[in-house]
Amino acid sequence: MPNPIDIAAKATPPALARKVRGLSDRTIAWIFVAPTIFLLLAINIFPLIWTIRLSFTNYAANKPNAEVKWVGIRNYTRILTDEDIWSHMTTTAHFLIWTIVLQVIIGFTLAWLINRKFKGNDLLTTLIVVPMMLSPAVVGNFWTFLYQPQIGMVNYIVEFFTGIPAASFSMLGPGGLAPWSIIIVDTWMWTPFVMLICLAGLRSIPDYIYEAAEVDRASKWRQFWTITVPMVLPFLMLAVLFRGIENFKMFDMVNLLTGGGPGDETLLTSIDLKREAFEKWRTGYSSAYAIILFVTVFGLASIYVKALNKVKER
Amino acid sequence: MSTFLTGLLRFRRGPWELLATILIALGVVMLMQPFFLWAYTWSFLVTLLGTVMFIITSHFPE
Repeated sequence: MPNPIDIAAKATPPALARKVRGLSDRTIAWIFVAPTIFLLLAINIFPLIWTIRLSFTNYAANKPNAEVKWVGIRNYTRILTDEDIWSHMTTTAHFLIWTIVLQVIIGFTLAWLINRKFKGNDLLTTLIVVPMMLSPAVVGNFWTFLYQPQIGMVNYIVEFFTGIPAASFSMLGPGGLAPWSIIIVDTWMWTPFVMLICLAGLRSIPDYIYEAAEVDRASKWRQFWTITVPMVLPFLMLAVLFRGIENFKMFDMVNLLTGGGPGDETLLTSIDLKREAFEKWRTGYSSAYAIILFVTVFGLASIYVKALNKVKER
Repeated sequence: MSTFLTGLLRFRRGPWELLATILIALGVVMLMQPFFLWAYTWSFLVTLLGTVMFIITSHFPE
């Protein structure tokens, strides 16, 4: 039977085979890697450098023929002294903190419960992770229906438990409920992710540690605080960082649910950035805004990578 | 504490990365806190400093 390598070698055109034979392994490796490097430079690095350049100008994309002036760090100083943008940052922080707190508490509790072996364990895990698999656009659309004051299910559930008439309040309307509505949706969607990471952490704890603790007559409560929590903590940190980075950039779901409204109540920085760039057409200004957000996310991502390496070392 | 300072003086990766991480975290907190406008104003510089420091110090020896 002919060797497949020989067949492949014979299939290479002789002219090409002669050329390749003359190249070193390093050159061949570069030939394979070059298209990826080129795409990376063209799609990621070049736009980044271009955005940094634009952030120092007054360029407006809807006025391509207008004179572009170099304004130095004026865009940055304007953004970093603007109380409205500061307010959007705190709105983002409110969203970020509450989603992370709720997702960690619920995710860890679910993981802890699912880690105990019982009938239907696998089916339940699959059902719990379903929200995570949905597209944020789909989630945004169907939660908009669920939050409808007239036909939505959420208002009727609230009425059933509290007696407050369903038509008397709107989860996405004025009244201060909108920021909590987006927190509920994000928590519903992404708690399974935190749960999966915590589950991985819980399953990485060897049984003999608990057995040793049992021998030493440590109570379940003590085992939980001195074994379970410290050993799952690196995984939890990873989940917190990952969700932090993702929610800092949150756009699609919130844009579909509230569009930043009512007023500015749910105007996250990413939505504000889109308005500055594509509704007000202040391209230079929004580039500076984007760079500020980018540096923050990049900084957080650096910590994330470091934390990831620490978890890998375990 | 003295190990940390020695590490800093000898340009070791661990303590410098820790310092950079603290700066990044501080910058993010300053950016998102609702209390002081001056902290928001300086937050970007602190985060940028931390991030650049992190990139440089990640090439330091262990």
